[in-house]
Amino acid sequence: MADLPKYQEDLTLDTFVRGLWKENPVFVMLLGMCPVLAVTNSAINAISMGLASTVVLVGSGALISLMRHWIPKQVRIASYIVIIATFVTMVDYAIQAISLDLYAALGAFIQLIVVNCIILGRAEAYASQQRLVPTLVNSLGVGAGFTIALFALGSVREILGSGTLFGIHLFGAGFQPWVVMVLPPGGFFVLGAWLLLFNWIKLRRERRIETPQGIPANAR
Amino acid sequence: MTNEVQVEAPPGATPTFAMLRTLGGISLISGLLVVLAYQLTLPIITENQRLRTERAVFQVVPGAVSKQDFVLTGQGLEPVGAGVQGEPVYAAYDKDGRLKGIAIAGVGGGYGGPVKVLFNYEPACQCIVGSKVLQSTETPGFGDKLETDPEFLENLKALDARLNADGTALANPIVTVKHGTKTQPWQIDAITGATISSKAMGKAANAAAQRAVPAIQRDLAKLAAANRRGTE
Repeated sequence: MADLPKYQEDLTLDTFVRGLWKENPVFVMLLGMCPVLAVTNSAINAISMGLASTVVLVGSGALISLMRHWIPKQVRIASYIVIIATFVTMVDYAIQAISLDLYAALGAFIQLIVVNCIILGRAEAYASQQRLVPTLVNSLGVGAGFTIALFALGSVREILGSGTLFGIHLFGAGFQPWVVMVLPPGGFFVLGAWLLLFNWIKLRRERRIETPQGIPANAR
Repeated sequence: MTNEVQVEAPPGATPTFAMLRTLGGISLISGLLVVLAYQLTLPIITENQRLRTERAVFQVVPGAVSKQDFVLTGQGLEPVGAGVQGEPVYAAYDKDGRLKGIAIAGVGGGYGGPVKVLFNYEPACQCIVGSKVLQSTETPGFGDKLETDPEFLENLKALDARLNADGTALANPIVTVKHGTKTQPWQIDAITGATISSKAMGKAANAAAQRAVPAIQRDLAKLAAANRRGTE
């Protein structure tokens, strides 16, 4: 029914690794900013959110990939949203079963995974065209990239904003927490700092490739 | 994905049946998965909620080892059972089965949203002797002082909640006053810099006490006897 897949990707290491670095959903594509800024006030919240999103990403990707020949183009978005919402609801119940405190801390952002554009984006751009195994591997890669990015924000914000990591105190009693870091502005500060770092690394690498051998960049 | 220019084919007519079949099929799978997840997790979630309430009640009423749940109905306090609906009230008992305190919940509007607090009401002194914030979205570093500021917690160690002569409402509504101006035992001294959160605490205490205390005092014998009946 649907158009035949235009291009089938072979399973390579890149299928997984791409999501971690080159196509990192947060630091490169700037997708899913709502949970990135909202629930990264502690490391455990960040990791839980990342894992929950990964489960939804993998589950919905698998189902969409399996059904890709039976989903007509006209109803594909409706189909994807129903499939994604199903997995989000299941994750929602699972988190309540694991810990009610965690559930309270993540609040509405678990349900909001439904509208996370990373997941719908993967469904549309990848799962709907690729075979099951590459889809699983790619979704895991993107999920891991998302989780790592959330942890990068969550750990820095928790260390600076509360003086703890995973609830363990890192500094003596003399440490005055930077409360702003666990407040919404802190999310923007830390995200900005990480983006600065990643762009700097990327630019430096590009410049090194452009520079002809033997001539330093500043002598051109 | 590819750089080749794709010539857009004229849209082929998708049979209506195919669209209906796909959406119907997906909805069916979705329904099955959601119901399965719900059924599997329901007992665990119910147990988690029970444990959380129990933990909160034992924390707010120090020395309690067992509790009985009641609900506030139009006719007074009734033991939890089928068909009884209303605000929950938790009677907590010490190891000898004596009524140790009664945990009542109240909600007040804070700076970041509702602040839900569990209070320990002691019938003997007719006062609130402890509190625990169950749920709050107050600003970290300010609003969370409701649980940590020792000076503020002093307010909630003997907060007057006496009833008026008819026993229908508090003789003096519990109010939060500006920092340093507390003169009466039914007033709460606000935390400097967290006045709105402190006021939420006062509103929660007042709401909880106004609603539950008249019924508790009327049905005190029922509460005190409930545990003995339960253990015999």
